[in-house]
Amino acid sequence: MPVDQAALDAVALRRDEYELLVQQLGREPNEVELGMFGSLWSEHCGYKNSKPLLKLFPSSGDQILTKVGAENAGAIDIGGGLCVVMKVESHNHPSAIEPYQGAATGVGGIVRDIFAMGAYPIAILDSLRFGPLDDPQNRYLFEGVVGGIGGYGNCLGIPTVGGEVVFSPAYNGNPLVNAMCVGIAETAKLLSAKAHGEGNVFLLVGSDTGRDGIHGASGLASRTDPEARFEEMRPAVQVGNPFMEKLLMEACYELASEHGDWIVGLQDLGAAGLTSSVVECCAKGGSGAILDLENVPRREQGMTPYEVMLSESQERMLVIAKNEHVAEVTALFQHWELHCEPIGVVTAGTEVVIREHGVDVAHVPVGIATEPPQYRRQGVRPAELMALNAFDPGRLPDVTHGEATGVLLKLLSRPNIASKRGVFRQYDHQVLNNTVIPPGGDAAVLRVPGTDKGIAVSTDCSGRLCYLDPYAGGAIAVAEAARNVVCTGATPVAVTDCLNFGNPEKLDVYYTLEHAVRGIAEACLQFDTPVVSGNVSLYNETAGRPIYPTPVIGLLGILEDVSKALRAGFDGAGCQVYLLGAGLEQPAATLGGSEYLEALHGVVAGIPTVDLAAEKRLQQLVLRAHAEGLLVNAHDCSDGGLAVTLAECSILGDQGFEGDADLAGRLDSALFGEAQGRIVVSLPDDSFRQGGGAARLHDLGNELGVPVVRLGKTVPGDTFSFGPLRTSVTALRDAHESLL
Amino acid sequence: MRFAIIRFPGTWSDRDTYHVLHNVLEQQADILWHRETDLSNYDAVVLPGGFSYGDYLRCGAIARFSPVMDAVVDFAEAGKPVIGICNGFQVLCESHLLPGALIRNQSLQFRCQWTYLRREGGSTPWADGIPDGTVLHVPISHGEGNYFADPDTLNELELRGRVVFRYCDAAGEVTPAANPNGSARNIAGIINARGNVLGMMPHPERAGEQLVGGADGNRIWESLLRQATTILAG
Repeated sequence: MPVDQAALDAVALRRDEYELLVQQLGREPNEVELGMFGSLWSEHCGYKNSKPLLKLFPSSGDQILTKVGAENAGAIDIGGGLCVVMKVESHNHPSAIEPYQGAATGVGGIVRDIFAMGAYPIAILDSLRFGPLDDPQNRYLFEGVVGGIGGYGNCLGIPTVGGEVVFSPAYNGNPLVNAMCVGIAETAKLLSAKAHGEGNVFLLVGSDTGRDGIHGASGLASRTDPEARFEEMRPAVQVGNPFMEKLLMEACYELASEHGDWIVGLQDLGAAGLTSSVVECCAKGGSGAILDLENVPRREQGMTPYEVMLSESQERMLVIAKNEHVAEVTALFQHWELHCEPIGVVTAGTEVVIREHGVDVAHVPVGIATEPPQYRRQGVRPAELMALNAFDPGRLPDVTHGEATGVLLKLLSRPNIASKRGVFRQYDHQVLNNTVIPPGGDAAVLRVPGTDKGIAVSTDCSGRLCYLDPYAGGAIAVAEAARNVVCTGATPVAVTDCLNFGNPEKLDVYYTLEHAVRGIAEACLQFDTPVVSGNVSLYNETAGRPIYPTPVIGLLGILEDVSKALRAGFDGAGCQVYLLGAGLEQPAATLGGSEYLEALHGVVAGIPTVDLAAEKRLQQLVLRAHAEGLLVNAHDCSDGGLAVTLAECSILGDQGFEGDADLAGRLDSALFGEAQGRIVVSLPDDSFRQGGGAARLHDLGNELGVPVVRLGKTVPGDTFSFGPLRTSVTALRDAHESLL
Repeated sequence: MRFAIIRFPGTWSDRDTYHVLHNVLEQQADILWHRETDLSNYDAVVLPGGFSYGDYLRCGAIARFSPVMDAVVDFAEAGKPVIGICNGFQVLCESHLLPGALIRNQSLQFRCQWTYLRREGGSTPWADGIPDGTVLHVPISHGEGNYFADPDTLNELELRGRVVFRYCDAAGEVTPAANPNGSARNIAGIINARGNVLGMMPHPERAGEQLVGGADGNRIWESLLRQATTILAG
């Protein structure tokens, strides 16, 4: 009997995919099976559009302990028997519909991915994009998302230490909410999301299962919905209970760190709930399962097997316990006042069999369920790029000397550049006592508990640049994240990524996805930072227009001695300030895609460029100079250009600055151009003495082939001057804090 | 000294408090689950910060019925030192070991930031080692830390020297701008009549090392430790 279109629409399967499924199964699926396959074959779970592209990423390395995609998160060896576990994940679609709960459960989901690995989460970062705040709908989304992140993370007791908040009309009504979590584990105690060993027991722990979140994976996250449908999709957004998550986290960590030998696997229930967690654990462990649904604790009566299998109720974990240790595992969870119910057993078969009261309700062959069709398309370069890239900022009138200070203050007050303190102070960024560099600098730095080491983490992506050139933009996202981490004195080691794009079935969108992936892959190769984990969020569009291609990069760096972490702000008067990397005079083309161009001329156009080899040399210079103790501060040059970077150094350090470098060429591109590959550093005031730091810095620059240009010096008091810029640190700060 | 750090479901400053007491100040400390009923082996009790029971009901309102709380009340009534930090302060108010209540921040938002605290008068082992007028740099992290009490209670607290810490600026001036949450009279910490029970919203356990931004919080623990040494010596 042919299935009707409404049933396929409900699970977001195309008719040809359905026919493929029938052919592989050798029969029509029943309703429960159709729901399960629809979810597992969705983009969100099955990566059917993105998997072939993700294979382009470098993903292995000496320090990398996990195979990408094989576990809940990536693990990186940091020595001393410890590893860092990290991943970033999107919750864009739920947040567009119900911002508070969408963002809250995004945090909850990524945190579960980390503790499912046996790690203790020590940091959360959030990479956020919204439409401009003068639109009340965008403000509602912004306030809801920030509230949800704080409400969930603060209650969990995991510090939210960084991320970004970016505004552009490209995200009107389709905010991006990407949450990254970083944990620490003893390498020997890492857990796996595997089900194996016939007779071992699936235990469902945590919250009861309700009707919330059904079709989250297939319906919400894997297709574009007209805005009009958002209201009716609201029940597909889950509701978070951070208190329950806190108990689950503590219990799972105790299980992993003290009794890992009692279990064979641990898996969180996320997208597609019980369906994906059971099927994926079986796929990874090469086994089958029998589930008895009447044992699943429920929030409400009358739930059908379909609803139980597809519920995305939050704060649930699946433990695959060794048969002989079920009682002990149960007692451990009960100590934490959590439910722990046996819901099924591992079998030697190749099918997941779902039963209710002894009656079979679904037979799902694991192999078919976890191997959805994959689509490799021939992308088409977006037609609008030709004109956008041809735009020459050099034809615009240059900034005059008289205007320059006003432009700087205007840029500092732009929502994309202004201080996000008003956001970060709503997040607990200190709990766990490891936060060495809090939000507001280049990268957040945390102590690795119990050691002298530190980690630096940053998330970055310029959607504007990816829009103008997805390849260069993808590479720049990695370069900037690496630069941010290097500015704290940390060595970049690994990347996690969240690819936020529009509908991949549109060939111009697919083009941007493919080219951004290639750009990221090239940069990761160049910097030796493999991609260890990630997530893909497609179908981000409203009113038929895709968002800016936004491949968010989360980058991890390691500091051997966290007490030597470098900060972004100037520190003390009399320091000599230098620009490292691409020099002071810049062509007008570096205004392409800049904040200046959008703020002053209302234009998003031009063509971004990046020299990855030069970036690598710049990173080496900063790390070597810092290892020799030459540097007082370091700050990445990015949005708003050199002038904004210097202003931020002064604001963060509450320190005056007097520039004495000659500005040649165009003033706008020298001050506000966003040439890549530049870092501002300062050296102590003794650096002009014989054999001092300045001479050494120049020598290192010469050796590595990185230009070193003196800009001026820090001064006591409130003065800020550079070229034609004349103002006070107080005025800079007032502009920078105007978003509060 | 031997510290009992009480862990309610949802507590999160337990680890931080343990870290500072045990690793930084080299004291004996145990984290005790809220079902513990015997505190006889301990010299001091800490009710740390967090979101006990998710703070879904009034903050601290459920935790105050935890099995351990009878023992905490007995411990306090025996005159032994008890400190409640953040959520712990809220639990102490709910338990009526301290007067008043902590209501939502005036901003209606959660606030995590460094604050300055001025040591006011009042004798308590938790602060006797800190001279009056001393300014401490200690962070807050709460959504409901706005200290509220009726005027008579506030006057009584002032009169009896039971206001131990007030929010101030870096120079020690108590100003409205230095008040991060709208607390009545900038009150950040108070003691009971006997002085052995201190409740405060700021987190001294987050100011235990220069690496994380400062070590002023240790003045509070050290004050108690010095007191204990004196008692033992006496």
